[in-house]
Amino acid sequence: MPARLDVAEIGHQIITLPARAMEPLMAGLQRLVGIKRMPWVFLLPNLVAVLLFCLLPVFINIVFSLTGSDRLYPAERPFVGTANYDILLACQNYLDPASCKADLFWRAVQNSMIFVPIQVVGMVTVSTIAALCLNRSLPGRGFFRGVFFFPVMLSPVVVAYTWQWILQRNGALNGILSWAGLPGSNWLADPQSAFFWAIFVTIWAHMGFYTVIILAGLQAIPKDVYEAAKMDSASNWRTFTAITLPLLKPIMLVVFVLCIIRSVQTFDELYVLTGGGPGSATMLIVQYIYEVGFAVQPRNFGLAASASLLLGLVLILFTAVQMLLSRKSNNG
Amino acid sequence: MADIAKLESRPSILHIFKLRRGRNRFDLADWLTYGFLLLGFVIFFLPVVWVVLSSFKTSANLQEFPPTILPYATQTAEVQGFDTPLTLFDVVMEDGTTERVALIRRVGKIAQMIDPEDPSAGRLQIAADALAPVKSLHFAVENYTNLLSGSENQIGRYVYNSLFITIVATVITVIINSMAAFALSKYRFRGSGIALFGILSMLMIPASVILVPIYLIVAEMGLIANPWGVILPTVATPTGVFLLRQYMLTIPDELLEAARMDHASEWRIFWRIILPLSTPALAVVAIFSILSRWNDFLLPLLILNKREAYTLQLALTSFQTQYGIRYDMLLAMTTITALPLALVFIFLQRYITTGIASTGIK
Repeated sequence: MPARLDVAEIGHQIITLPARAMEPLMAGLQRLVGIKRMPWVFLLPNLVAVLLFCLLPVFINIVFSLTGSDRLYPAERPFVGTANYDILLACQNYLDPASCKADLFWRAVQNSMIFVPIQVVGMVTVSTIAALCLNRSLPGRGFFRGVFFFPVMLSPVVVAYTWQWILQRNGALNGILSWAGLPGSNWLADPQSAFFWAIFVTIWAHMGFYTVIILAGLQAIPKDVYEAAKMDSASNWRTFTAITLPLLKPIMLVVFVLCIIRSVQTFDELYVLTGGGPGSATMLIVQYIYEVGFAVQPRNFGLAASASLLLGLVLILFTAVQMLLSRKSNNG
Repeated sequence: MADIAKLESRPSILHIFKLRRGRNRFDLADWLTYGFLLLGFVIFFLPVVWVVLSSFKTSANLQEFPPTILPYATQTAEVQGFDTPLTLFDVVMEDGTTERVALIRRVGKIAQMIDPEDPSAGRLQIAADALAPVKSLHFAVENYTNLLSGSENQIGRYVYNSLFITIVATVITVIINSMAAFALSKYRFRGSGIALFGILSMLMIPASVILVPIYLIVAEMGLIANPWGVILPTVATPTGVFLLRQYMLTIPDELLEAARMDHASEWRIFWRIILPLSTPALAVVAIFSILSRWNDFLLPLLILNKREAYTLQLALTSFQTQYGIRYDMLLAMTTITALPLALVFIFLQRYITTGIASTGIK
C-alpha cells in the first residue's frame, strides 16, 4: 500500500512541476487574449497535434496514393491517377493471390480473411470462459486474474521471442513432446503450423485485455436479477442462458468489434515471431504496407498509401459500428 | 472511478447458487473452473518463467536437447601444462569404478583424456561414448554482465532512449490531454462541440493507416532518428481526452468560481484545483501512455533507423539478424526489457484493469 501511494505521489510531482513552471507564461497569455478565449488556449496543443499527426496525414495519404515514384516529398511525385489502385486491384481471380498483379497484397488479404475470424472467435471464446471463471468467488481469484492479464503488459517483441524460444527446434515444446514419446516439429518453419501459432500467440498476448472488459460487464449485472431467478428456482444453466448471456450481449458485441479492429491490424508480434513467413504464410496487411513502403527498395510509398487507405476504409466501417454499439450499451 | 469499487465489492454471481444449495463441497463447476484456471496458469505463466530461467543458461546449455529445466554448466578444470581450462567428464573404468578425467581432444571415437589430479600420469585413451559430462547447477550471470558491459551493445543507450521517450511522451500526453479535457468540460464556448467531435473522431484513424504520411511529416521536421520523432506523433490520444473529460465533469463548478473570486488565473485553477482532483483518471491515462510508449514497436521501427537512437524493443530485434540468433544475449535482454513493466504491473494492476474496463467499453 505505501508503495502504491509513493508511485502516485511521484507521478503527481512529475506532472505538476512543468504545469507550475508554465504559470507565469499562461497568466500573461490570459491577460493578452482575455478569459473568454482561454479554453482555446487550453485546447491548442491537442488540436495542433491532432491536425498535424492525424488529420493532415489522412489528406497526405490520399495524395500519396494518387502519385507515383519513390520520392518522399509530395511535390516531387508525379500524378498517376488511380494507377496504384489499379495495381492493387488487378486480379484475374480474387480467390487466387498468384493471379494478381500485387500478389503479396492479396496473399495478405487472404491470410487476414482466415486469421481474423479464427483469432477473434478464439479470443472472445477463451476470454469469456476466463471471465466466467474469474467471476466466481473462489480462493486465489486475484492471483489467477493477474496470470491471465499480465501478457497484456509485455511488449510484442518480448511476447514473440518468448514463444519463438519455446517453439524453436530445440525448444521446450519439442522437449516436452519427446519426453512424452511424440515427434517434434520445426513449428515456425511449416506454413500451416506457423499460422496456427501466429493465432495462438496473438490470443495469448491479448486475451487478458478482453477478459477484463467482459469481467467488468459480468460484475455490472445487477444482483437482484439473480435473486429473482433464485426465487423462481431456476437452474444454473437456465440462469446463465436466460440472464447472464442476454445482459452481457451489448458488451460482447463491443468486445467483438474491438477485437476485429485490432486483429486486422496485427503486426508487431508476427513481424518478430515469423517475419510474415515462412514465405508469406503469416503476412497480414499492415506488414504488407510496411514491406512495400519501408522495407523493400525502392520504397513504393504510393502503393503503401493506397493499401493503407483500403485498410482504413474497412477499419472506419468497423469503428463506426463499434461506436454505435457502445452508445447503445451505455444507454440501455 | 466508481468502477474500482464495483469491480471489487460485488459478490460473485455463482456464489449465490452456492448459498441456495447450502453446501460447501466442491461441485463439478468448481472442478471445471479450477481446471481451466490451472491450465491458464501453465499456458500463461510458465512460458515467461521458462524464458527467465533460460536467460541464466550458458550458450552450450541453451543448445542442449532435450532442454534442461534448470541452468546447468559443464565443469572445467585448470590442468597443469594446458593454457585453457579442460572440460571434465565422468568415465566408468574397466574395473567398474567411476573416475573424473579432463578432455584434451577428441579424435574420431577415441577421446584423449588426462587425470586433472595427476597430470604426470600421462594421457588416457577412452572411447568417446563412455563419457558423461560433469554438470552442476550454474546461473550464468555473465549473460547479463556481458550485455551491460559489451561495447558493441550500447544497452545503457537503449535503456536511456526508451526511458526518455516513455517519460517525456507521458508527461506531454498527460498535460496536453488534461488541458483539452479541462477546456471541454469546464467552459461553455462556441465550437466546443466541434472540437470534442474532432478529437474523438480521430479514434477512427489508427496509426497503422497513416504510416507513410507520419513518416513524411517527421522527416520534414528533421526528426528522423530523433526520439522526438516518435514522441510528438503520439501525444494526442482521443481516449485520454475522453476519459479525463468524463472525470472532470464530476468536479463541481463552484470550486472554480470560488478560485476566480480570489483572482486565480485560469491556468492556476487548472493545475492547483483540477489536476489534483483528477488524479485517478490522470493515473489511468499515464499508465496507458507508459505501457504503450515503452512497448511501442512499429513507429520506432520506421523513425528510429540509426543504432544510437534504438529503443530497447528495437535493440532486442537486432540480436536476430546477423549470425542467426544469439539466444544467450537475447533471453537476458528480453528479461531486462520486460522487468520494468512487471514492476509497474505488480504495483498498479488495479488502475490498469479499471482503465481497460472503463475505456474499452465506452
